[in-house]
Amino acid sequence: MITFIIRRLIATVFLLVLVSMITFAIFFLLPKLGGQTTYGLATEYVGRNPTRAAVLQVEQQLGLNRPVYLQYWHYLSAIVAGEHYSAGPQTVYCPPPCFGYSFKSQQPVWPQMTSDIPVTASLAAGAAVIWLCSGVTIGVISALKRGQIVDRLSMGIALAGVSLPIFFTGQIALALFSYKWAIFPSVQYVGITSNPLLWAKNLVLPWITLAFLYAALYARLTRAGMLETMGEDYIRTARAKGLPERKVIAKHALRAVLTPIVTIFGLDLGLLIGGAILTEITYSLHGLGWFTIQAIQNQDFPEIMGVVMLAAFFIVIANMVVDILYAVIDPRVRL
Amino acid sequence: MAAGSGARDGSPGDRRTVLGRRERAELRDGGTGAALGPASAAMLEVRDLQIHFPTDDGLVKAVDGVSFTLERGKTLGIVGESGSGKSVTSMGILGLHHGTRAKISGQIWLDGEELVGADPARVRALRGSKMSMIFQDPLSSLHPYFTVGAQIIEAYLIHNKVSKREARAHAIEMLDRVGIPQAASRVDDYPHQFSGGMRQRAMIAMALVNDPELLIADEPTTALDVTVQAQILDLISELQAEYRSAVIIITHDLGVVAELSDDILVMYAGKAAEYGSAEDVFDRAAHPYTWGLLDSMPRLDEERTERLKPIRGTPPSLINVPAGCAFHPRCNYAKRTGGRSETTVPTLHELEPGHLVACHLTGDQRREIRGDEITVRP
Repeated sequence: MITFIIRRLIATVFLLVLVSMITFAIFFLLPKLGGQTTYGLATEYVGRNPTRAAVLQVEQQLGLNRPVYLQYWHYLSAIVAGEHYSAGPQTVYCPPPCFGYSFKSQQPVWPQMTSDIPVTASLAAGAAVIWLCSGVTIGVISALKRGQIVDRLSMGIALAGVSLPIFFTGQIALALFSYKWAIFPSVQYVGITSNPLLWAKNLVLPWITLAFLYAALYARLTRAGMLETMGEDYIRTARAKGLPERKVIAKHALRAVLTPIVTIFGLDLGLLIGGAILTEITYSLHGLGWFTIQAIQNQDFPEIMGVVMLAAFFIVIANMVVDILYAVIDPRVRL
Repeated sequence: MAAGSGARDGSPGDRRTVLGRRERAELRDGGTGAALGPASAAMLEVRDLQIHFPTDDGLVKAVDGVSFTLERGKTLGIVGESGSGKSVTSMGILGLHHGTRAKISGQIWLDGEELVGADPARVRALRGSKMSMIFQDPLSSLHPYFTVGAQIIEAYLIHNKVSKREARAHAIEMLDRVGIPQAASRVDDYPHQFSGGMRQRAMIAMALVNDPELLIADEPTTALDVTVQAQILDLISELQAEYRSAVIIITHDLGVVAELSDDILVMYAGKAAEYGSAEDVFDRAAHPYTWGLLDSMPRLDEERTERLKPIRGTPPSLINVPAGCAFHPRCNYAKRTGGRSETTVPTLHELEPGHLVACHLTGDQRREIRGDEITVRP
């Protein structure tokens, strides 16, 4: 088990380095192969209407004249050791982990992202609790009442849930609960430490909007898994023991159904923490998704690279956790 | 019509034929057919059991009027191809069709208690304690996420108010009893860490943990290696002698029932084709289907120069059961009955005391056929 975790950790680090290489190649190698000059490339890192001096300074800063592998090394060492950037007249120190310096916003990338993480994390975690509980419950009930009204109704709603885009359901929720009835008047991020109650109240609508989509997916998954599991021989064995049906379902069937759900849940959560773009945009929540969209709109390459790396980090970590968790909950996985 | 249908009509003449030897004697001595209670003190008495499943394609009569009796300490072998209703019957006895769309009628008397009309909670209380079951494939029948010990302990705790520690000690004792080496440490293993034979032993330990008086073994050796099969069968009969349980062995392998059974019920398309003692069915087999089963069984006790003779055709669909005798399309002798096999469902009737058969062939025809075509076991 320990060796498995260590092996998995090493693989994770390797994977992250690989992701950084690919990201780096996209931003620095591809333009070069496409025939863009280093000056032209540097121009894109500076704000609108760049002066020649500023562009030359950026070209110098990023070492665009040097071989690509040296540039990459420079990028990596900045993450580990920090880096000084001279922007304009003054020099700015970007402490580790330094994921680059945005010459457009004139700030290091990392501190901007870290301030956005709590927003996205709050959104994803709250929604995750809601969708996991409701999705699994609805899925189980649907499977047990297969073909009955409860099943048809919940599967119909689930179909709507997976089909309707978040910017649609989000707008509807806002129109109804925020403007028309004003149950949740303001959707604004308030730190959980400053006012937990307000934090939760303001996030209810985004949570429900995001959870609706995932709950629908999970209800369908759980229902399918449940229907399959209830036909398994070991369920018949559990009944043959004289176990009450309630326990057959809660203990024997759910155990088998939840195993694949847990793994998918881990991956979904990892993906979301990298930015719940649509939900954040719909509710103007300034999380990582919002940050990503801003970075893309401003064509702020260091910021985009930073957010790509961060999202990749969450996904890779989630993958690792899921792998380890799977080994723990399924005794048949030999390590 | 199958034997049991007579019971519904209330005609004692037909009813008689479905009972065991002793009960028949009782009925002859003035009994009128105790339709309201068990006809005997037998451990298990199944009377005119019908289990039907309504499906979109039509009504599947998986079990269509089956009756048999089983005494304490005795073994009944139920034989038939896939789809003949063997497993559905056994699941019906345990009440495992509850909650499905199955329509069940008839009577099942377990030690004087009727189960078909009983409260499902009562049947559940009996399930796993007074009657229990061993299933065909021990790997898929054991829960992959729980240890073998946990599953046996659970079975014990459902029916006994004891501490977990006591239950665990009992589980280890049972594993030891069914011949699992180092039971005290293997109890914490998962099913996938056991070999096939050990898994089936663990299943048996789980089935016997509450000293059941009725044990149903549904194809207990089908998923096992041949060498392990014999061990498991030995174990079942050994434990049966020890616990004095009544045992039903369900199988398509006549070799298995030959070794263990006192009585044999041959089923075809949800009905009894032949029912009698093991000697009756093996030595004086009367139904062409039984002949077919015997002929398709490899034998070591005599020299064979010809190939095994399989029964031609396939078992019928239970939605469109052939008219008349369900076996007639596959029967080599159906044409000798003057068309009755195609039109009339044969009743289960008594050939000699305790030996019942549902076939239109007459005794003379049988003797004639047997004389020139059927190999009779010495």
